[in-house]
Amino acid sequence: MLEIKNLHARIGDREILKGLTLTVKPGEVHAIMGPNGAGKSTLSYILAGKEDYEVTEGEVLLNGASILDLEPNERSVAGLFLAFQYPIEIPGVATMTFLKAALNSHRKAKGEGELTTPEFMKLVKGVAEKLNITSDMLKRPVNVGFSGGEKKRAEIMQMALLQPSICILDETDSGLDIDALKVVSEGVNALRSPDRAFVVITHYQRLLDHIVPDIVHVLSDGRIVRTGGPELALDLEKNGYAAYVANAAA
Amino acid sequence: MAAVKETVDQVLSIDVDKYKYGFVSDIESELAPKGLNEDIVRYISAKKDEPEWLTEWRLEALRRWQTMEEPTWARVDYPPIDFQDLHYYAAPKKTAGPKSLDEVDPGLLATYEKLGIPLKEQEILAGVEKGDRLVAVDAVFDSVSVVTTFKAELAKHGVIFCPISEAVKTHPELVKKYLGSVVPVSDNFYATLNSAVFSDGSFVYVPKGVRCPMELSTYFRINEKKTGQFERTLIIADEGAYVSYLEGCTAPSRDENQLHAAVVELIALDDAEIKYSTVQNWYPGDSEGKGGVFNFVTKRGDCRGKNSKISWTQVETGSAITWKYPSCILRGDNSRGEFYSIAISNGRQQVDSGTKMVHLGKNTSSKIISKGISAGRSNNTYRGLVSVGRKASGARNFTNCDSLLIGNKCGAHTVPYIESKNASAIVEHEATTSKISDDQLFYCLQRGLPQEEAIALIVNGFVKDVLQQLPMEFMVETQKLIGISLEGSVG
Ligand SMILES: Nc1ncnc2c1ncn2[C@@H]1O[C@H](COP(=O)(O)OP(=O)(O)OP(=O)(O)O)[C@@H](O)[C@H]1O
Ligand SMILES: [Mg+2]
Repeated sequence: MLEIKNLHARIGDREILKGLTLTVKPGEVHAIMGPNGAGKSTLSYILAGKEDYEVTEGEVLLNGASILDLEPNERSVAGLFLAFQYPIEIPGVATMTFLKAALNSHRKAKGEGELTTPEFMKLVKGVAEKLNITSDMLKRPVNVGFSGGEKKRAEIMQMALLQPSICILDETDSGLDIDALKVVSEGVNALRSPDRAFVVITHYQRLLDHIVPDIVHVLSDGRIVRTGGPELALDLEKNGYAAYVANAAA
Repeated sequence: MAAVKETVDQVLSIDVDKYKYGFVSDIESELAPKGLNEDIVRYISAKKDEPEWLTEWRLEALRRWQTMEEPTWARVDYPPIDFQDLHYYAAPKKTAGPKSLDEVDPGLLATYEKLGIPLKEQEILAGVEKGDRLVAVDAVFDSVSVVTTFKAELAKHGVIFCPISEAVKTHPELVKKYLGSVVPVSDNFYATLNSAVFSDGSFVYVPKGVRCPMELSTYFRINEKKTGQFERTLIIADEGAYVSYLEGCTAPSRDENQLHAAVVELIALDDAEIKYSTVQNWYPGDSEGKGGVFNFVTKRGDCRGKNSKISWTQVETGSAITWKYPSCILRGDNSRGEFYSIAISNGRQQVDSGTKMVHLGKNTSSKIISKGISAGRSNNTYRGLVSVGRKASGARNFTNCDSLLIGNKCGAHTVPYIESKNASAIVEHEATTSKISDDQLFYCLQRGLPQEEAIALIVNGFVKDVLQQLPMEFMVETQKLIGISLEGSVG
């Protein structure tokens, strides 16, 4: 589904990804862990097509086709979703309006007509309720004045609405209280399906207790330095990154 | 950053073709000879079969104008205008006004269609009623009003809504009493020019205690090659009356710049309220700044009576140059003035716009909300004056001026003047300047929105406070218009 081959990328003069290779198959959940500054968010931005980064080498294929030449919105409608580590505020634009615009763009790309307002409301209310998002929040401007946890829940709501095929979650657990962590995890788990895959970036095992990954990677200094099963995350939790980071440097 | 670069690249490629309303309709016209002198003024006055007092009024304006110089204080830049190289009168070749739609030139109706005059107005032109809400349209085609509808319904309430040329004949006492009473003949260069040569415009009188039963709406249109356009509008709300007036404009594209110098005067007597909304999307010129309308407008409202209220709402997206300061004279005690503005500039457009709130009466209050959006290589200046007279104790003003920049080749400027001669006055001013951030754009794109839609969405969010002031039927159109006028501002 998602194939990243020997990806090198830089911002300005600084090389951040240094030959990253990763293959995600449909139905799989991959966790990516790694020290601060390793390049995890950078990877997610590059996959989503943020313009600040220059890809100097390597390939990214989504369902067999290269996406590196696609605009971010084209990647989105092709099924790639990024839940941001730091969701962006858009003053004056009601969350509801934003959701509608996003959903309509996706429907248009699929050659479907716009939903009627009642149809749309019903759909949004359905996904919002599951994530404990009130209708008051839907009326407020996108992410403006949302608490850290509310922002993260709103990201997952958008994901549930757009039904992407590959979901990248960048530290969705940070800022969530214990109950919210559960709600969000349930939201994610409900979306798990044989034709959808997840890449979950996190620092903590507690998220992986809820969203159990098939494969765990350690990303350090712009490369995947270790890949294993769920037990790898437990080992990291206990022993830290020292061993892997040293490995990478060696 | 990359988005910004693309913005700039795209703006460079804006083309005349992008202007949706760039067409010329081929109704035959009657033109005055080029130039401006006493003979031309007499010609215009005679054409309109005007009474002697009005001819004299015009000639007086002409004499004043001949001694005046074009103002240069605004932050706009354009080649000198040769005022002797313009036609000052153009009329569709039609003598008597049409009695019904059948009598209207089909070319004119086709023009309306191309203009995209909203369905509701088309329905009204066709005589269709829509629920309990009615809109009357007084369409100004070039200089002469051609269609006036729903006069009967208005007449039932005693409301007069007609071309000012007609009002001069049917209600001379009102015109004589109020014309030039808000914007004096010698007020400023363009207003004085207008006073000398104004061709037509709307006249509205709402009698005592009457709430005008419908929104009054006018579509302006400049059509003649090299025709100066000098509209004159006069709206009077008598004691306790209320009226809401909408003005919308489009113009075909042209190589030569077209001059537009309108004057709008509003008068609100005791306890009266006037709400005046404008959507202006005249041709802005091509990517090099060639062509486009020069819009030098004087709009002023006089809250003459106590407890009166005047509010201006404007959405300015067109014109090569906009020079416009809809103002309120708060003469009556407890009167209130409001100014809500969205000014969008793209390409090489230059906007110098704002308002004046002149507090003269006691406990007068005013509110100014201005949202300027600059894209491309445009320049957008807010220029506002809040003045509080010696007797205006308890005066209050609140001003909020926000500027949004798209790309890095455009400019936004805020020039607020405050003059207070009364210590009890409270004048508040807030201003912000921001940019559409690449992060906001990326976020929207990540959710599937194409870049232009993303920009339009963010901008609509930015102007939300003002949009909400527009009459409902204008809001949706205006949101779309904002999208259209930002087309080509990004890749
Ligand atoms: N715009 C930028 N300019 C310069 N350096 C940058 C820029 N963006 C990211 N970096 C650098 O790239 C490296 C990787 O950053 P990234 O945000 O991908 O790390 P991360 O693995 O997500 O870290 P964290 O766990 O703290 O979220 C960091 O050293 C960061 O400082
Ligand atoms: Mg990160």
